[in-house]
Amino acid sequence: MKNADIKRLLYTHLLCIFSIILSIFIPSFFLENFSILETHLMWLCICSVFVTAVNLVLYLVVKRYPNPKNISTVHTWGISYVCKWFYFLCLFRLSCNFVLYGAPLIELVLETFLFAVILSTFTTVPCLCLLGPNLKAWLRVFSRNGVTSVWENSLQITTISSFLGTWLGAFPIPLDWERPWQVWPISCTLGATFGYVAGLVISPLWIYWNRKQLTYKNN
Amino acid sequence: LRPAATTRMQKISVLLFLVWVCFLFYAGIALFTSGFLLTRLELTNHSSCQEPPGPGPLPWRSQGEPGACWMASRFSRVVLVLIDALRFDFAQPQRSHVPGEPSVSLPFLGKLGSLQRILETQPHHARLYQSKADPPTTTMQRLKALTTGSLPTFIDAGSNFASYAIVEDNLIKQLTSAGRRVVFMGDDTWKDLFPGAFSQAFFFSSFNVRDLHTVDNGIMEHLYPTMDSGEWDVLIAHFLGVDHCGHKHGPHHPEMAKKLSQMDQVIQGIVERLENDTLLVVIGDHGMTKSGDHGGDSELEISAALFLYSPTALFLRAPPEEPEVVPQISLVPTLALLLGLPIPFGNIGEVMAELFSAVEDSQPHSSALAQATALYLNAQQVFRFLHTYSAAAQDLQVEEFHRLNNLFSKASADYLRLLQSPQGAEAALQTVITELQEFLRGVRAMCIESWARFSLVRMAGGAALLAAACFLCLLIAQWATSPGFHLRPLLLIPVAWGLAGVVVCAGLLATTELKLDPVVLGAMAAMGSVLHILWKAWAGWGSKRPLAALLPFPRPVLLLLLIRFAAFFSDSFVVAEARAIRFLLGSLILLLVAQLHWEGKLLPPKLLTIPRFSAQTGPSRHKGTHALGLGVGLLLCIRLAGLFHRCPEETPACHSSPWLSPLASMVGGRAKNLWYGACVGALVALLAAVRLWLRRYGNLKSPEPPVLFVRWGLPLMVLGTAAYWALSSGADEAPPRLRALVTGASVVLPRAVAGLAASGLLLLLWRPVTVLAKATMGAPRMRTVLTPFSGPPTSQADLDYVVPQIYRHMQEEIRGRLERTKSQGPLTVAAYQLGSVYSAAMVTALTLLAFPLLLLHAERISLVFLLLFLQSFLLLHLLAAGIPITTSGPFTVPWQAVSAWALMATQTFYSTGHQPVFPTIHWHAAFVGFPEGHGSSTWLPALLVGANTFASHLLFAVGCPLLLLWPFLCESQGSQKRRQPHGNEAEARVGPEEEEEEPLMEMRLRDAPHHFNVALLQLGLKYLFVLGIQILACALAASILRRHLMVWKVFAPKFIFEAMGFIVSSVGLFLGLALVMRVDGAVSSWFQQLVLAQQR
Repeated sequence: MKNADIKRLLYTHLLCIFSIILSIFIPSFFLENFSILETHLMWLCICSVFVTAVNLVLYLVVKRYPNPKNISTVHTWGISYVCKWFYFLCLFRLSCNFVLYGAPLIELVLETFLFAVILSTFTTVPCLCLLGPNLKAWLRVFSRNGVTSVWENSLQITTISSFLGTWLGAFPIPLDWERPWQVWPISCTLGATFGYVAGLVISPLWIYWNRKQLTYKNN
Repeated sequence: LRPAATTRMQKISVLLFLVWVCFLFYAGIALFTSGFLLTRLELTNHSSCQEPPGPGPLPWRSQGEPGACWMASRFSRVVLVLIDALRFDFAQPQRSHVPGEPSVSLPFLGKLGSLQRILETQPHHARLYQSKADPPTTTMQRLKALTTGSLPTFIDAGSNFASYAIVEDNLIKQLTSAGRRVVFMGDDTWKDLFPGAFSQAFFFSSFNVRDLHTVDNGIMEHLYPTMDSGEWDVLIAHFLGVDHCGHKHGPHHPEMAKKLSQMDQVIQGIVERLENDTLLVVIGDHGMTKSGDHGGDSELEISAALFLYSPTALFLRAPPEEPEVVPQISLVPTLALLLGLPIPFGNIGEVMAELFSAVEDSQPHSSALAQATALYLNAQQVFRFLHTYSAAAQDLQVEEFHRLNNLFSKASADYLRLLQSPQGAEAALQTVITELQEFLRGVRAMCIESWARFSLVRMAGGAALLAAACFLCLLIAQWATSPGFHLRPLLLIPVAWGLAGVVVCAGLLATTELKLDPVVLGAMAAMGSVLHILWKAWAGWGSKRPLAALLPFPRPVLLLLLIRFAAFFSDSFVVAEARAIRFLLGSLILLLVAQLHWEGKLLPPKLLTIPRFSAQTGPSRHKGTHALGLGVGLLLCIRLAGLFHRCPEETPACHSSPWLSPLASMVGGRAKNLWYGACVGALVALLAAVRLWLRRYGNLKSPEPPVLFVRWGLPLMVLGTAAYWALSSGADEAPPRLRALVTGASVVLPRAVAGLAASGLLLLLWRPVTVLAKATMGAPRMRTVLTPFSGPPTSQADLDYVVPQIYRHMQEEIRGRLERTKSQGPLTVAAYQLGSVYSAAMVTALTLLAFPLLLLHAERISLVFLLLFLQSFLLLHLLAAGIPITTSGPFTVPWQAVSAWALMATQTFYSTGHQPVFPTIHWHAAFVGFPEGHGSSTWLPALLVGANTFASHLLFAVGCPLLLLWPFLCESQGSQKRRQPHGNEAEARVGPEEEEEEPLMEMRLRDAPHHFNVALLQLGLKYLFVLGIQILACALAASILRRHLMVWKVFAPKFIFEAMGFIVSSVGLFLGLALVMRVDGAVSSWFQQLVLAQQR
């Protein structure tokens, strides 16, 4: 059971990574002058769309989220509606957080907002897919001994590593190397992306490595 | 009863131990500073034409000629081409290759072909020298040297820190006062150094090191037109391209070849336009290392090119095979005398005698006499400077000074004798020249010895001492919690070792007959005393404990401290520290909140579905969201405080907050009034918050002096401050007949506020006990009984009446709580009172300190002060939420609390509009209360400016003990809330059995006096450690990066500010801890009184 789960986890994660790589290369076929650094905001949008799509598709295909058997269409729509609001709420919260954290308030609003979009794509969308708009479950997953499955564990790891990557990405901004990527929020988004990818790679490996020690309550 | 004498001894030894640790740090800082920051006194005297440099008539050939000053001028015009970082070998002629050797073709070799051509074709008109610059080889210091002829050190004491303008006598000043037209083009550093000195100037920004061409192209655009127009006497062109090319690419880059070729063309163009009365000087201000940097004292950095050329013949002899080596500052007296100007007063350079040989009459005798004359004038001037300097400062060596004195008198006597008999022998002239040169070189060597040399040994020693002190803090903070920890031996033995160190060092110095240097002695004492403990630690370590125990930090805090440590090594991070600190502080706060959540303390367990969580005694839901709110509030406060920022000058794109300027500078009347209202509102809010806090924990209705002061004195202070601000912001608008009143009030009001604050602090020190009485009376039901009691009981009747009542009611209350809160034990109750006692005193003291400090700042900074109090309050609550309460010691303050506190101190330093560079110091603080200035006194303005600059360091250091006290306070607050519904029951009880419950009177911290003292010591050591690694990082950065481009602009000022901040913080910390101990002592004696009265 567990090994199969881990294998499935690995495949889904590889798909996610693949989608990020695709988001780098595919647009250059359609758009002129596309590059990550110069048309950064464009890339941000494309990347978040790709990742969201992959996550949604995976959710529909794999359906790890515990779904009651007889779920009506209306109910599904209801859930997706709630999910949407939840997503925007998270987006708003993240934006506020960045501003509190030192991002400029009025200038670069679009940049800050898109940064919040991509970070919530990396963190909130998988959470929504797996846990649904369920605050209790979210809080449970992100506390000690709170995870109940391989999936939640990987969610924890990828989310934390995305945030860590963002945090680390803020460090080069004040340096005087005068590189184009040392501008808010490019280094942070790059950091977030690297963090997310690293989390995607690490989490199956880590879970596999520690599979003896990990005991989940519900499994 | 506890043995009071022992605890007092323990308190004293804790304080002494802290003093000793501080002494270690100070000794390290002093030792490092003495090796790194070389100081020199700047004299403001000026040479003038009318006043000859020495006694006696002006010497030979200098009178009567037009334009002659000390000497007849030989050139009326000079073109000074300053090529930044023109290393000597850049200008050196390329040798013809020796066959057999591989030909080296480096990009910078032989590119200045025009120099080479001139040297070959006109050997008597031109000369190339290798000029030796004195370290520090940074452009600003070099420019100072090249115009004043002195050895600028980093701190030229007496200079005006507010601007970089040169106050010493210099060539530019002499030129302008002689009426010469000085035209400048190039590096805008000159604008800061010589504001308004040029008749025409074209400045270009030197900031962007990566920009090779803006400055040079700008100069070339103006250079030839200006030369052709002829409206100049002295033309200075400062090219930056070579230097920037070095910084960007290094000297071994093809770009350097291009740049040098461009310079070559410039020189070629200038030479073609020169007229006969014009001298061309091409000079590099310093060299560069192989990587293209400069600032230090390596051979490549200090060797620069110096090229002189004139269309008329200058030299008697052809140039030597190998270019002569001259000190760079020799150019100053040479140029001054060649132009017929007085030599700048502070010059210690030696004239290049060769240039003064009169070429036209070409007799060897007369040309030697001319050389001797120039040297003699120079020597007289140097001698005059030396005497003036040694009268003002003591940093020259005495014996050497006497030797030089004798040398000069002998040489001048010889010279005057020669003048009497002009047909003297050639040999005698030569000896005079040699003597004068020997004197001048001796002076220079002596000055270099005392002004311009890093002492690597001292720097390393200082850094080692700082590191040892940090390590010691860490070690003792660890040991302190172990059981059998005794301070006494730890204190006595180091003192003995330290004394031994002093004796040995003094003995050594005495036997080698060196001067006794207090810095070295102090450092030896510190070394001696710390060695013992380190040795003991080394001996006791290996076997018993693993090495990991050496770093007791939680991992995130360790990471945070490491980042903080590493950030000092990058100039960008030092410049952007204001933002970086906010980022780190925000991270730490988020981390604290996340950690609380992770441990399941943030949210109530019922939200978490796992059943085992509910088994734990989790906090209420209220507390959970409370902590989250605290975190968000803190971030909000930090963000708001960040709105008050001053931009470092290195980031031109950034705009400083307009709110940092005083209100008086605002134009709009309405906006000014609104702002004034906001500032007064902040003051009132601060006052109201403090009073509210005190009311919540104690009772403000107590008639004891400090409480009375809080009730009436603080509003008075607020009133005074508000009135002063009103006057100072609108002083110009006052009607004329009120002007005298306004001036008088602006003198009296600040002093009155400061006096009130001081008297309040004294009252607090005198009767801290009243705070206890107040706190004891805090429970609502006791008010009726205790209000009549005021002051110490004066008569026996008073005692008999009052004391038992107090006592009984306290017993009553305690027992009442005891019965309800059995699980927590009786001590919890006492802790509520205790916590309130100590922290009420602390908060009162902090408020009293904050008001005079507030007065020193611009009006709108009061909002930042309000934020400061608010955010420290929030932080304390947040930290308290995460600290488990230990019932009976050992008490510890976690590292994250101490680091957050230190970070917040730095953050407030920036948000009160400060930057660690000298030009941004708030000098106006010196005139608060002294609008007319201070006359000759210097310590008072220094104190005021220091208090303004380090206000946040002081406040946070004094408030440091709150970190220990607050968790106890919060806990009792919680229990108080739960108890309140039962209040009526408790009042009904009567309890007679006092004797039984006597030990219950002890409060939690007081219950374990040993642990309390140790906890205070540990807190002090931890705070010192966090500050200590900052100063250690600064010292290491400054010494490792002493060749860095930014060392004098960024690292050295940062080190100085950090060192001053450390000293202020450590003094504040000491005062804070001493205040807590004073309160503790007062509480003890109060209890003793009470018990004695009971027994009677």
